[in-house]
Amino acid sequence: MTTFNLPDVGEGLTEADVASWKVSVGDTVEVNQIFVEIETAKSLVELPSPYAGVVTELHAAEGETVQVDEPLISINEDGEAPVPTGVPEPNEALSTAAPVASEEPGPLVGSGPTADSATRRARVNRPEPSATGARTASVRASGTPAALADQISRRAQGFSQVVAREVDRRKPAVANFVDRVLAKPPVRRLAKELGIDINDVVGTGSQGEVTREDVNSYQAQREAEHAAAPTYWRPGTGAPETRIERIPVRGVRKATAKAMVDSAFTAPHVSIFVDVDATRTMEYVARLKKSRDFEGIKVSPLLVLAKAVIWAAARNPSVNASWVPGPNGDEIHQKHFMNLGIAAATPRGLLVPNIKDAQDLSMKELAIALNELAATARAGKTRPEDMRDGTLSITNIGVLGIDIGTPIINPGEVAIVAFGTIKQKPWVVDGQVVPRWITTLGGSFDHRVVDGDLSARFMADVASIMQEPAMLLD
Amino acid sequence: MPRSAAEALEQDLIQILTPEGKRQSHSLYDAYLEDVDDDMLRDFYRDMAMTRRFDQEATALQRQGQLCLWVPLRGQEAAQIGSGRATRDGDYIFPTYREHGVALTRNVPFSEMLRLFRGISGGGWDPRENNFHMYTMVLAAQLPHAAGYAMAVNLEQHGWDEAKRAAEGEAVVAYFGDGSSTEGEAHESMVFANSFNAPVVYFCQNNQYAISVPFEVQSKVPLVSRAAGYGMPGIRVDGNDVLAVLAVTRWALEHARSGKGPVFIEAVTYRLGAHTTADDPTKYRMSEEEKLWAPKDPLVRLETYLRENDLVDDAFFEQLAQDADEMAATVRRDAMAFPVPPLAKSFEQVYAEAHPLVQEELAWHLEYEAGFADQAADGEK
Repeated sequence: MTTFNLPDVGEGLTEADVASWKVSVGDTVEVNQIFVEIETAKSLVELPSPYAGVVTELHAAEGETVQVDEPLISINEDGEAPVPTGVPEPNEALSTAAPVASEEPGPLVGSGPTADSATRRARVNRPEPSATGARTASVRASGTPAALADQISRRAQGFSQVVAREVDRRKPAVANFVDRVLAKPPVRRLAKELGIDINDVVGTGSQGEVTREDVNSYQAQREAEHAAAPTYWRPGTGAPETRIERIPVRGVRKATAKAMVDSAFTAPHVSIFVDVDATRTMEYVARLKKSRDFEGIKVSPLLVLAKAVIWAAARNPSVNASWVPGPNGDEIHQKHFMNLGIAAATPRGLLVPNIKDAQDLSMKELAIALNELAATARAGKTRPEDMRDGTLSITNIGVLGIDIGTPIINPGEVAIVAFGTIKQKPWVVDGQVVPRWITTLGGSFDHRVVDGDLSARFMADVASIMQEPAMLLD
Repeated sequence: MPRSAAEALEQDLIQILTPEGKRQSHSLYDAYLEDVDDDMLRDFYRDMAMTRRFDQEATALQRQGQLCLWVPLRGQEAAQIGSGRATRDGDYIFPTYREHGVALTRNVPFSEMLRLFRGISGGGWDPRENNFHMYTMVLAAQLPHAAGYAMAVNLEQHGWDEAKRAAEGEAVVAYFGDGSSTEGEAHESMVFANSFNAPVVYFCQNNQYAISVPFEVQSKVPLVSRAAGYGMPGIRVDGNDVLAVLAVTRWALEHARSGKGPVFIEAVTYRLGAHTTADDPTKYRMSEEEKLWAPKDPLVRLETYLRENDLVDDAFFEQLAQDADEMAATVRRDAMAFPVPPLAKSFEQVYAEAHPLVQEELAWHLEYEAGFADQAADGEK
C-alpha cells in the first residue's frame, strides 16, 4: 500500500485545504487520474494520482487543512495484496509504508526527507569542523561552523528548493556573516531621521536584518519611556504604598547587586581620574572609518581605549590579576592573558561579557570582537561563558553624556577603567586656548593588589595612548 | 496614428491556415512552403500532439510533487514547432524556459528537460549536441547572448560570398515572450544585433500575458512595430498557424543568413494554461476570453485541415494517442530514475578551474554532511 503525501504544488507553499474529493475509498484510480481538488494560498489545483490501484484511505475530510508532506491518500497499488479498506491503518504502518512499499522513489521536491522532516537530523558527537587555510576577517569573525554551513547551503539554494526550505528554518546566516547591521536603505534612512543609531536596534528580519517594524517599535518604546515621564510623580493623596512601586530583585539585577556588594566590601577601592586630550584618538578613529580595510566595521574611540588598556596592562601587570584567598594564605594571581570585559547595558540589565585573549587581536580583529560582543549583548544572547574568567574591565559611561564616575570593580578582578564622554572643550596648548576633544578616564583598583603609584602609572599609560595612538606602534 | 494593440490583432497578420482549417495562398510565403507535402503536414501534427502530451505529463508530475515547477506551453505548439522546423542543424537556438516544442524539433529528449525542473541539474542537456541552448530562467537574459553569438558568427563567416552564406551560413533564433520584450536586455540585444548586422531572428511568442499582466499593459502598439525602430524587418504572424510560422521563419532565417541583419517576428498566440504551475489564470483573466481563443487552437485547425483533405483517418489519431501515452510513460519512468547528484557536485560548477575559496567551502560542506548520525544509513545523496 502506498501513501501519497501532499506535495508543494506552488513555490514554497506549506499547506492546502481539501476542496473536494473526486474519488472514494474502494474506487479504482489510474495514474494521472484526478483524485482531489485542493485550494492553496495561490490557486485551486487538481491533483492527478501518481499511482494506479484501489483507494484505501482518504486522510482528510473536505474543508480540512493538510500540511505539505502530510498523508493525503492511500492507494493499494495494482498487484499488491489487498488490504481491508476503510480500516484505519496503524500510524506506524503509515509512516513506514510510504517510502518502502512504492517501487518509485518518494517525492523528491518540496516533500523529501531532507526538506520536511519535522525534526532536525541528529548529529553524531564529533568535534566541530575546523577551518583550514586562510580565511577572510569576516569569515573569521562569523563564528560558528554552523553559520558557515548555513552560508554554503544558502549559496547553493539555487540548485533546489529543498535546500532553500531547509535553510529558511535555521537561524539567520547572512547576518552572522556580515560585519554590520543589515537593513534596507529606506530603513536606514528612517532610523537616521528618527535619530536612532541603527546598531542599537535588534533585527528580527528573516536574515537577521533590521526591518522598518523594528525601527518603529524601537522608536515607540523610546517614546513610551519619555511620554511616561510627566505622569511619573504621583500625588500623595492615596495610601503611601501606591506611591511606591515594588520591583522584585531577580536575575541579572540580583546578580549585579551581589557582585557589587561583594566587590565593594571585600576589595578596598581606590579611584583616580585623569583628563585626556583625545583629539588624536578622534582623528585616528575617523581615518579608520574611511579606510577600505575597515569597511563595514564599526569603529569608535572605545576601540582605541581597549587597545590602550591592553597595552598599558602589559607594562603594569599587577592590574591584570586577582586576589585569591586560600587555605595556606592569600595569593595574587597575575594573568598573562587578557580577557577584556566590556560593561554593557542590555535589555536584561548590566552584563560584563569579555573578549577572550584580547591581547592576541589586531586592531581590526578587536574592532570586530567589540562589535560582536555589543550586538550579542543587545540581542540578549550573551552566554554565561562569555562573562566568565574576565581579567580586567572597561565601562563606557560616556555614551550617555556623563563625564566620569567611580566604577566598581568586577568581582574576581582588581581593576576597572571608566570612559567618560568625549566632547570639545577649551584646552590650553602651548599657552593658547584652543578647542580640543577632551575626555576623562577613571580607574578603580583593589588596593590590596594595586598600590596608588602603580594605579597612577597604569592610568597615565592608558591616557598617553588616548593622547597619541601612534605610540601603539612603538 | 499608431493602431492600438487590440486593433492590430486583426490586421497585417500573416495566416496560411485559418482557424476553420482552410488553407489560403500568400504571394510571398507560398514559395517557402513548396516542399511541404502530406507527410510533413502529418508530422507537424504529430510533433504538436506529442509536445502537448509531454506538457500534460510534466504538469502531472509537478502536481505529484516530482518537479519543483513546470512551465506549460499548451496553445503555443504551432509557434514552436513551425519555427523550430524552419531551422537548420547548424543554426543555434536560445530558448526561454518554455520552448519544449522547439526542443523536440532539435531532438533534445523530453526526459532530459525534466532534470532542471526536478531540481537536480542546472541544465540537463549539452547545448553543443543539438545547438539548443540551456533554458534561461532569467527573463530576456538569453537575448544579449543571442546577439553576441550571432556577432561571432559574422566574424567567423567574414569574407563569405552570398552563395556560401546561403548554403553553409549559420543563423541564430532568439526566443522570448511579450513579457520579456519590455526587459532592458531585449532592447540592448536588438540595438547591437542591428548595428552589427548580426544574423539573429528575434522570435517573440506573444501569448498575451506576462504572468498575470495583460498585453495591453506591456505595449500600446503591436510589438512588431518596434522592429522599425531598430531598423529591421518585422513580421506579424498567426502563431497558432504552423504553416504560416514555418514560412515566415524560413524567410527570416534566409534574410539573416544572407548577411542582411536581424529580423523580428511576432507570433500572435495564446497561452491556454497557467504561466507556470505556481499560478492560477482564473485569478487574472476571464473565462470569456479563454473561450474566444479556444477555437483558434493550433491542433484543432490542423486536424480539421488534415481530415477535410482526407490526409488522415481515425487510425492515425488512435495510433498517435497510443504513441503519446507510451512516450509519457517513458518520460515518467526516466524522470523518476534520474540519479540525484550530491550537493557537493555543485561546488564543481562554480568556476572552470579549482578555486581555493570554493574548495574550502566544499571541505566544510563535506565535513558538515558527514556529521549527521543517519549519514551511514542515508548514503551519499
